Amino acid sequence: MEYEVVVGMEVHVEIDTKSKVFCACSTNFHAPPNTNVCPICLGMPGVLPVLNRGMVEATVAVGLALNCTISRWSKMDRKNYFYPDLAKNYQISQYDLPLCHDGWMEINLDGTTKRIGITRAHMEEDTARNVHTIGVAESGVDFNRCGVPLLEIVTEPDIRSAQEAFEYLTRLKQLLQYLNVSDCNMEEGSLRAEANISIRPVGTEKFGVKTEVKNVASFSGVQKAIDYEIVRQRQVLEEGGTVVQETRGWDAAKGVTFSQRSKESAHDYRYFPEPDLVPVIVDEAWEKRIRESLPELPRARKQRFQDSYSLKPYDAGVLTASKAMADYFEAVVTAGAQPKPAANWIMVELQALLTEHKQELEDCKVTSASLAAMIGLIDDGTISGKIAKDVLIEMFDSGRDPKAIVTEKGLVQISDTAELEQIARDVLAANAGPVADFKAGKEKAFGFLVGQMMKATKGKGNPKIVNDILRNALSRV
Amino acid sequence: MTGTLYRLTAHELCDAYKSGKTTPSQAVSSCLDRINAVDSKLKAFVDVWKDYAVDQAQASDDRWAKGAPKGPLDGVPIGLKDVLCTKQGFTTCCSKILRGYRSPFDATVVERLLNAGAIPVGKLNMDEFAMGSSTENSSVQVTRNPWNLRCVPGGSSGGSAAAVAADECAITLGSDTGGSIRQPAACCGCVGLKPTYGRVSRYGLVAFASSLDQIGPFTKDAHDMALVMNVISGRDPHDATSADVPVPDYTKALRADVSDLTVGLPKEYFTDALGQEMREKIEAAVKVFEKSGAKVIEVSLPHTDYAVAVYYIVCTAEASANLARFDGVRYGYRAPNAVSVEDMYHRSKSEGYGPEVQRRIMLGTYVLSSGYYDAYYLKAQKARALIRRDFTNAFQKCDVILTPTAPTPAFEIGAKTADPLEMYLSDIYTISVNLAGIPGLSIPCGLTASKLPAGLQILGKPFGEETLLRAAYTYEQKRGFTLGQPPIS
Repeated sequence: MEYEVVVGMEVHVEIDTKSKVFCACSTNFHAPPNTNVCPICLGMPGVLPVLNRGMVEATVAVGLALNCTISRWSKMDRKNYFYPDLAKNYQISQYDLPLCHDGWMEINLDGTTKRIGITRAHMEEDTARNVHTIGVAESGVDFNRCGVPLLEIVTEPDIRSAQEAFEYLTRLKQLLQYLNVSDCNMEEGSLRAEANISIRPVGTEKFGVKTEVKNVASFSGVQKAIDYEIVRQRQVLEEGGTVVQETRGWDAAKGVTFSQRSKESAHDYRYFPEPDLVPVIVDEAWEKRIRESLPELPRARKQRFQDSYSLKPYDAGVLTASKAMADYFEAVVTAGAQPKPAANWIMVELQALLTEHKQELEDCKVTSASLAAMIGLIDDGTISGKIAKDVLIEMFDSGRDPKAIVTEKGLVQISDTAELEQIARDVLAANAGPVADFKAGKEKAFGFLVGQMMKATKGKGNPKIVNDILRNALSRV
Repeated sequence: MTGTLYRLTAHELCDAYKSGKTTPSQAVSSCLDRINAVDSKLKAFVDVWKDYAVDQAQASDDRWAKGAPKGPLDGVPIGLKDVLCTKQGFTTCCSKILRGYRSPFDATVVERLLNAGAIPVGKLNMDEFAMGSSTENSSVQVTRNPWNLRCVPGGSSGGSAAAVAADECAITLGSDTGGSIRQPAACCGCVGLKPTYGRVSRYGLVAFASSLDQIGPFTKDAHDMALVMNVISGRDPHDATSADVPVPDYTKALRADVSDLTVGLPKEYFTDALGQEMREKIEAAVKVFEKSGAKVIEVSLPHTDYAVAVYYIVCTAEASANLARFDGVRYGYRAPNAVSVEDMYHRSKSEGYGPEVQRRIMLGTYVLSSGYYDAYYLKAQKARALIRRDFTNAFQKCDVILTPTAPTPAFEIGAKTADPLEMYLSDIYTISVNLAGIPGLSIPCGLTASKLPAGLQILGKPFGEETLLRAAYTYEQKRGFTLGQPPIS
């Protein structure tokens, strides 16, 4: 039987507000354990939460970018369960009235566009981190993370393949970065993705029993976990069994999912409205202010890159894939480079270096100004494109100015016709055979002679002038 | 003259400081002497801050000597219910689970009182986590009623009520979730006010039921009540539920005039549940209002019968979450020898909480459970809205509502401990007020034949504390009697 997979995603993302969601503590991830804490986030007796206005604004911004309806009236709720990483033993979250609901996001796959429904996006607080040290009988709890604002984004079960899930996550991360609400760093846990996966015979409507795969450390991990679950669930069904509704973990090393908790042992969270907080009311005026302050989002920016810089859709897509890259490209152009060469140098040569050195653009030593200067050196004929590749490597390693590199290493292109004519005469004199071949109509010999010219100039001969002079000289032989 | 200084009210003390007749040091040591003399019998205090209070009093002496008191309560000895967080001493809610716990911060009300110059002399006994109506649920001690040591002082703020009634300090603070200020005030014969929900910041009040809890004062008269309310009221950025409503000068409300007021008597409150003697006391009090020119009418609060049931669903549900944090992980009691995290939770809570607290946590957990939520919690919320509407409707016809504070005077220690339901009914006249969020004040309206105080409850519109204070002040002026000193003297 043919099966199709049905996937819904739940993404938790930490929002980059300065202070935590219910107290004034810093959200800085890198502080020593239990230093960004206060009586409120430690859940000491007598404390009360106060909702961070910045969190409401960030959530509304995300909601608007995801085409959601923003609730005029929503509220916070308590989700009750006991765990040492939860200071109050309840998490303040949103249950039946999320701040944002009923939106959608478009993904593109193999040239077709598809809408993924967004069920809801709601505000909550992150938990602390339990720290277990091997060989130590006690566990530690680091409360720095406790109370960091967390946004949960839930999709409809609209995703039909692992690739679609991967594409959704990639687009969502891109959007969140464009909105400047999160660094979306999966390694540091500021973005966490869970997939609800079920399969059903193609052509049927009824959903199969789903499993929830949690604790996956990367988008490609999510993709692999979904593919694994498709195979596993199909095997269960084909063997006449039934899929068990449960939470499963992902073992990245073995490439398998494994059972963590079945539905029978699932919590009864006993949600009820948080009486310590007042309802969250976002009136039309506030929503409008947030909408008007939204930054340019990926789709709009891609279109603008096509229109303003005459870039091909593919190139505009690559350059706007991350906000960092798009910002970098525009800075290079602003610094004086022509858009097309700027796009090519960033997408091809610079990207290759970044990939090779596993570096992020944010950490790259090649500033937008120096890349623009390098492109300028090609434009004014100071260096050839070929030499420029070596210059870029040097810039990438040292962060130095391209002009200084060119001067110091003597890489200035030879465009002096008199000098090149002399070299041409010498090359023709020393290569009577190829010259004869050329004269006999073998065009291939011309390439050989150009190579000899470049060898003699140590690669610095201006390619166009070398070509012209050589043809001229040959015609006179 | 330190001999009987402890008997003075806060406004009398401040007048005496101003005129140089006495000093805060003398008043504080008079109160400390009084505590020393009677508290071994009364057991109102769980912690007395003698050295601290003496030091603070000396600083206050200097300020008064310079003619520059810090605020309206400079040098006034006060006491604090042990549910309020204080940097000084311990904050235990009279529970074993918080024995030895020290709060890293002062509650907002404490901070405001300190800024006004008030001098806390210690922490006061209460039912564990404010759950109870007799103060018998304290894990520390049983407080006695200063009018009859065999009787309870009421609860849960029994220590706060007894301390003011027995003149151990001029003013105390308590908390009121379903009557925990007004009922003990009635039992002990002092003035107690539960302000409008949101009038006073709850920051630093260890939460029992967040949507019902409100901090309020115990005083010897309406004048002192106005003074304290001036200090503790108002918006607090640390409490999202504190209201951004301007705070009037409450002392301006102290006028003996109710001729423009219509007084409502809810017919549902004057049934057979109310004893004959209590009924007569209330009727006599109503006469005082009538004679002072108030118009008296009957009003109806038709959903009164549901109040106790609704209350015990709402308050236990909230309590089950509020008390979850006492788990032995970060502070408080941790059971030794636990074999797992879950075992640590089980044992710490089973050993750390008394039976009433455990009963309420279980009840609250039950009413929120999947499958029961709609039948209990949700239905209770709907009924709560109806109860609130009852008051809104009634207050369209009247300015204040008069009721008994409690159905009976203080009962004997042990009389109701075996029957929780019987105990819960001690609060039938006070509970609706918390559900509606409106202010309520209890003021003594006489002594019963067995020489126990009776309390008159005055209810007002939201943020109508001025009217309550005016009614209370007028009644004080016109009632034609004083309770006198309780026999503990």
